[in-house]
Amino acid sequence: MRPVRFNLNPKEAEISEAISMGKAPDGVPGDGFFATQLSSVVGLARKNSLWPLPFATSCCGIEFMATMASHYDLARFGSERVGFSPRQCDLLMVMGTIAKKMAPVLRQVYLQMAEPRWVIAVGACASSGGIFDTYSVLQGIDQVIPVDVYVPGCPPRPEAIIDGFMKIQDLVGQESIRRRNSEKYKDLLNSYGIQ
Amino acid sequence: MEHQSHITLPKGSIEKTTTTLNIGPTHPATHGVFQNIMEVDGERVVSTEQTVGYIHRAFEKLAERRPLYQITPITDRLNYCSSPINNMGWHITCERFLKLELPKRVDYLRVIIMELARISDHLICNSIVGVDTGAYTGFLYVMQYRELIYEIYEEVCGSRLTTNIGRIGGFERNFTNTAFTKLEKFLNEYPKVLKEFENLFARNRIFMERTQGTGGISAERAMNYGFTGPNLRAAGVDYDVRVQQPYSSYQDFDFKVPVGTTGDNYDRFLVRNAEMYESISIIKQAYQKIQNFKGAEAEVYHADVPEYYLPKKEDVYTKMEALIWHFKIIMGEIELPKGQIYSAVEGGNGELGFYLISDGGRTPFRLHFRRPCFIYYQAFEELIKGGMLSDAVVTMSSLNLIAGELDA
Amino acid sequence: MALSNETIQNKLIEKFGEQVLNFSTASGILSFESSKEINLKVLQYLYEEPSLGFTFLTDLCGVNYPDNIGAELVVVYHLHNFSENIRLRYSVSTSVHETAVFTASKLFESANWMERETYDFFGINFIGHPNLKRILNVDEMDYFPLRKEYPLEDQTRIDKDDEMFGRG
Repeated sequence: MRPVRFNLNPKEAEISEAISMGKAPDGVPGDGFFATQLSSVVGLARKNSLWPLPFATSCCGIEFMATMASHYDLARFGSERVGFSPRQCDLLMVMGTIAKKMAPVLRQVYLQMAEPRWVIAVGACASSGGIFDTYSVLQGIDQVIPVDVYVPGCPPRPEAIIDGFMKIQDLVGQESIRRRNSEKYKDLLNSYGIQ
Repeated sequence: MEHQSHITLPKGSIEKTTTTLNIGPTHPATHGVFQNIMEVDGERVVSTEQTVGYIHRAFEKLAERRPLYQITPITDRLNYCSSPINNMGWHITCERFLKLELPKRVDYLRVIIMELARISDHLICNSIVGVDTGAYTGFLYVMQYRELIYEIYEEVCGSRLTTNIGRIGGFERNFTNTAFTKLEKFLNEYPKVLKEFENLFARNRIFMERTQGTGGISAERAMNYGFTGPNLRAAGVDYDVRVQQPYSSYQDFDFKVPVGTTGDNYDRFLVRNAEMYESISIIKQAYQKIQNFKGAEAEVYHADVPEYYLPKKEDVYTKMEALIWHFKIIMGEIELPKGQIYSAVEGGNGELGFYLISDGGRTPFRLHFRRPCFIYYQAFEELIKGGMLSDAVVTMSSLNLIAGELDA
Repeated sequence: MALSNETIQNKLIEKFGEQVLNFSTASGILSFESSKEINLKVLQYLYEEPSLGFTFLTDLCGVNYPDNIGAELVVVYHLHNFSENIRLRYSVSTSVHETAVFTASKLFESANWMERETYDFFGINFIGHPNLKRILNVDEMDYFPLRKEYPLEDQTRIDKDDEMFGRG
């Protein structure tokens, strides 16, 4: 076992700090059953098995690689399988600068994803163009696709990416079953020109 | 839909045509965004056309707007796997342009950081070659040690990846004892890890059969294509900017430059591997030399250039000249001398050059980055012509193409 | 015999006479320029002459000097001789109205994309180039962005207020 510790004054980890109990959704418990809303169960299942599509373009992609590696393991949150095919993924993680040349490609990847789909914009460049206020950089991916969570940073630390991922998990867990068919959602997609 | 149950065609009427395959801007294995439109005949690649520019961020135009210090963050984002080398290359260009002399301790500290960055860049490249041939374990194993390198950067400058490290004239703060402790732990633990990583691949029969003989290029063609760095050294030409035009006191160090023979993927892997061993040796020598500085010399971490080096905050609040220099440097009101300079450093991928033209204003008149990835990616067609499609993928990753450096 | 800047300068003047001018040694690199008609001849001479042997094209870029009427666009070549360890800077200039320069891509393969980048940024037309189209910007772009007359920011963006950024 190779100790890779740099904490010069390490303290012993306590077991009570290492384990946290997840909150059960609201419902009626009973002897051998638990009655709750369908959306809570579906949300619980979805949020703990999100399959992300890492759309890594630049420096934030390297921080994503560090997040997927064993030190800041993203697989703990259920995304063991990162897919690269939009047809099979739920979460589009856009990491890095999106130039105007790349914007149609991003939009096409988003359109190829099946509902329900979520988008997380990782990094300053994906959120708003970042430090590149130039003629060739798209000033934020929300010009072309709807975004659910923005993670600021240049690049954001792996802990910040995990925090953004956890916020997506909250959104997924609390989403109502009918959301994707509601008027409000349809209006949102129409404002981007997506049918 | 109707189905034809018998489709018979006269003999010889089907021409041998090729399929157009688009290995598009988004593809697995996080190399970055560039597109190859290939014509493949079955599995064999007939021709390919590359499209770049999917992450063009207009660095050169951006640099015309910014004074010298504000350009350092954009040089970070060129080859973001080894951003300290880009930062130091830019600061060295400015120092050569402004004709500043640096103390030796600063040079040795810079060498340590640059060689750590080189190790970090070569680690990514070699482990991704492993991932592309199907061996994922090596990647996960060495990423742990890249985290150690990130922690050393964090001690010095506060940031992990896009470091913006150093100033014109040295560093922003002296290396703390924690930084040196971490460096010592790295030097103690990492060589064994590198040996283990090398054992996974270097004499592994599957890896050798996949990478030997594919993606090769001769030395003359490589030079004509403008290759530099490990790719050129794997082809047989021992050109290394650290040896030819030493910067930052590299002439005081004793290291070998590994050179390959055929320039194929296997040679590139081995050259990068050997360079990592040489980098470890250089870091050990630099650390030894730094420990030999005693007394007041051991506290030196920057040159005495008040026009370009930000003064200490205590002085800014109490002394008048420091306040004025602070204001002038931050607002970018220092006028540059007129002239032009081309200065190069050995980046992770080769000769990273900075061509600076100044007409006396506060920002450069023209700043051009000579980006090694952009120049050697042109040769990709020649490297994979006639080879298999899967070899094309391995060649692409063994060339170490970083999209940020391709497009600038 | 080790090559030196004076030797190179003398050989060039010997071969091309008055056509090569403005020799200077900025920061140790010899730089000179000539008119654009002979750029290929000069590059070929530097490549093939055995005692000079500049067989490596380090860099090719463009510069826009809007104040030099008649020579607004300049192409700068950086050459390198590995064995003698000498660098050279050679520039040719052309007017913004008539931007044709001969391509160096027959001699150096690395000039191919570098000339495309220079075309993309400045609009310099390289005659004889196999594939002169935009490389880094979108193909539909109708202006050459790195010329000094064009701004850095995209003027059609709505979320950033130029007044607040001091550029209004």
